[in-house]
Amino acid sequence: MDFTFSDEQVQLRSSLQSYLAERNGFERRVKISRSEPGWSADLWRGLAEELGIIGAALPESVGGIGGGPVETMIIMEELGASLVLEPYFETAVVAAGLLQAGGREAELEAIVRGDARYAFAWAEPEGRYRYHHVGTRAVRDGSGWRLSGMKAVVGAAPWATHLLVSARTGGDIRDRDGISLFLVDPAACGVAMRGYPTIDGRRAADIRFDDVQVDATALVGTEGTSLSLIEKVGDVAIAALGAEALGVMRRLVQDTIDYTRQRRQFGQPISSFQALQHRMVDMFMKLELATSAVYLATLSLDADATERAKAASAAKVSVGQALRFIGQNAVQLHGGMGMTDELPVGHYFKRATVIEGELGSTDYHLARYAELSKAAA
Amino acid sequence: MMELAWNEDELRFRDEVRAFLDANLTDEIRAAGLLMTSVYADHERSLEWQRILHARGWAAPAWPTEYGGAGWSVTQRYIFSRERVAAGAPPVSPMGIQMCGPAIIGHGTPEQKAYFLPRMLSGEHFWCQGYSEPGAGSDLASLQMRAEDDGDHLICSGQKIWNTHADIANWGFFLVRTGKYDRPQKGITFLLIDMATPGVTVRPIISPSGEHIQNEIFLDEVRVPKSNVVGTIDDGWTVAKYLLEFERGGVAYAPELQVRLDAIEAAARQVPGDGTGTLREDAAFSRRVAEARIAISELEIYEFRAMSAEAEGKSPGASASIMKIRGTELQQLLTELGLIVAGRYGFAYQPQAGRPGGPVQFPHGDDVNGPDFAAIAPLRYLNERAGTIYAGSNEIQRNILAKLLGL
Ligand SMILES: Cc1cc2nc3c(=O)[nH]c(=O)nc-3n(C[C@H](O)[C@H](O)[C@H](O)COP(=O)(O)OP(=O)(O)OC[C@H]3O[C@@H](n4cnc5c(N)ncnc54)[C@H](O)[C@@H]3O)c2cc1C
Repeated sequence: MDFTFSDEQVQLRSSLQSYLAERNGFERRVKISRSEPGWSADLWRGLAEELGIIGAALPESVGGIGGGPVETMIIMEELGASLVLEPYFETAVVAAGLLQAGGREAELEAIVRGDARYAFAWAEPEGRYRYHHVGTRAVRDGSGWRLSGMKAVVGAAPWATHLLVSARTGGDIRDRDGISLFLVDPAACGVAMRGYPTIDGRRAADIRFDDVQVDATALVGTEGTSLSLIEKVGDVAIAALGAEALGVMRRLVQDTIDYTRQRRQFGQPISSFQALQHRMVDMFMKLELATSAVYLATLSLDADATERAKAASAAKVSVGQALRFIGQNAVQLHGGMGMTDELPVGHYFKRATVIEGELGSTDYHLARYAELSKAAA
Repeated sequence: MMELAWNEDELRFRDEVRAFLDANLTDEIRAAGLLMTSVYADHERSLEWQRILHARGWAAPAWPTEYGGAGWSVTQRYIFSRERVAAGAPPVSPMGIQMCGPAIIGHGTPEQKAYFLPRMLSGEHFWCQGYSEPGAGSDLASLQMRAEDDGDHLICSGQKIWNTHADIANWGFFLVRTGKYDRPQKGITFLLIDMATPGVTVRPIISPSGEHIQNEIFLDEVRVPKSNVVGTIDDGWTVAKYLLEFERGGVAYAPELQVRLDAIEAAARQVPGDGTGTLREDAAFSRRVAEARIAISELEIYEFRAMSAEAEGKSPGASASIMKIRGTELQQLLTELGLIVAGRYGFAYQPQAGRPGGPVQFPHGDDVNGPDFAAIAPLRYLNERAGTIYAGSNEIQRNILAKLLGL
């Protein structure tokens, strides 16, 4: 058992930290977020070329640095601490995970170079958090396929150069079999994207596919059997998103401690009130325990499917509850200052709120954990 | 005698209120009530509704009839607020009729009553509250805004903060410092200020939901006639405390909570759950709804008890703080249930689906993706965080209760 980071990992964290401190300061980020594209091509290039972050956890064979889940965890935590908008998670974690399993070297190389940005279009309006709720259909058309259907609230889609789309090549809307993955050009004929901002200052889109024609090479992996891959990458994604949440919560806890130490009421710093001290101690404890849950999920990604899924759901529950408690109390302890757009606390709270609901709510993962535990017994 | 059901008079009153709401609520006004993104209603629609209420003599439920109020009992006020929310009517802005009005009624001069009260009722005067300062929030008595004596006038300089709707208000009631004594509560004066007076500057504060509702107010040597002092100079704290007690009497959270929970349940029947049925049928969600229902009904009975104690002339004591704490906690809980119902559509920033209480400052689109309630849910969630901060934060309320318990 060893929970220490290697020298390289410590180095990775500190170089990313100082890069983001310089390039993604609070005001700059807000400005970028409210600009027309809503993201910064410069920052993305910098992450790819100056830091090599985008390929840090991808194999050397595609130009990456060959790191693993721990490197992803470190990167995501720092991106969270700086509220990075750019689609590292969607591209280098989720899409890269799916493409790796499909053996798509050329696409992975483009990701590592910083030339490609991805969005994974899996959710449908009626599907809530189920990956296998797929009504979008792909039918054979000569050697290629035609896709039709609707995807909802696809994170980072307006920024994407490529879409990965789950579509049904067989079976019924909630069947586990018959789900395939396709690579789709967002500019292709028949793709209609309605983009919008999300409450955390990022972007998402509802996407309609209307008889979209793709060729045979668009199929990623094998036909009809992609669900287990999607679920596995889903657990990888939960670990990564959980790490981002740790970065977000670290800032919320620290900002609250700093603020209450300097804010004076009744002739003393409000941090001297024991009611508030205990609240902050509880926030800190929740962060520490959620950190443990994220470690467990990260280190279980190569375990058997049930262990992996349980650890991921456990992390999502633990992180979700911590995000809520820490986010809400950070705002509360800032008083009116927590209710303005001016201070970072409100921005971190909004990101915390989205992460809490993304990839399955706390209730959803509590039920999933309970179900998995039953099966294992 | 203990009795749970309404009596015949009360039922008759309820039917009268229902009939009135039914006859007078237009679709537009109802939308302003149903699609609120916070506790603040769309200004224009809410004023329109106030005018309709005023024509019927119902704009000020708690004021005595001699000043143009409805003169209702606490029970009648409760029934009215329940029916109002159920019918989807927006609230009337609280700063004038609920807050400043009672201060003038209780402590104002005959001239002040004659001039301000009718204009308050008609909506000609729209009020904001200037209490908090950057250095005086929970510790309100430490406020510093200077008001210097200049014969018939007070000359005011300093800063206020968090002032709801100060950007559209034409009058404000302020607490200013006219003197320094051993106790900070002494030396404060309750002052009515015309917002058009030279030297008044209002700057926007934008909330995390992107709405502009709060403001900062800067006063730079603003000359205010002493005839605008309510109560006596240096004794404004008495007026402020009176206002607070008045404000708390007859306040009830349960009616609105019941209606909001009904709406959440209805919405949950429209969306698929995590299991095979609708979300309303999901085990985890059902438990959450049941817990909320239980909490609201115990609060409702608590509020009835407080009401009947008040009707007997007992002072509110602990009940005002308990109701404030529990009421706002449950309001927040319901916004959390709303987020669960919204699911992933709750990530989208779509204020265009709602009727926010002020102009929206962040970029957003025109069309709405997903159901309307899902678009409004995250805004309510964010905005409702304020409920445990303002009107005496819940920590301060707990401090008050601790003192009452002799701790
Ligand atoms: C949406 C909104 C609308 C508002 N509208 C108005 C308005 O129209 N007019 C107006 O004058 N004001 C208004 N306010 C201001 C409001 O009254 C203040 O925010 C409130 O009094 C708290 O003060 P503060 O923000 O300075 O927080 P602080 O007093 O700095 O409090 C910060 C935190 O410390 C806690 N705390 C403080 N003292 C203690 C203690 N002794 N023990 C334990 N905990 C403590 C608080 O509970 C809070 O959690 C509004 C505020 C909001 C958020």
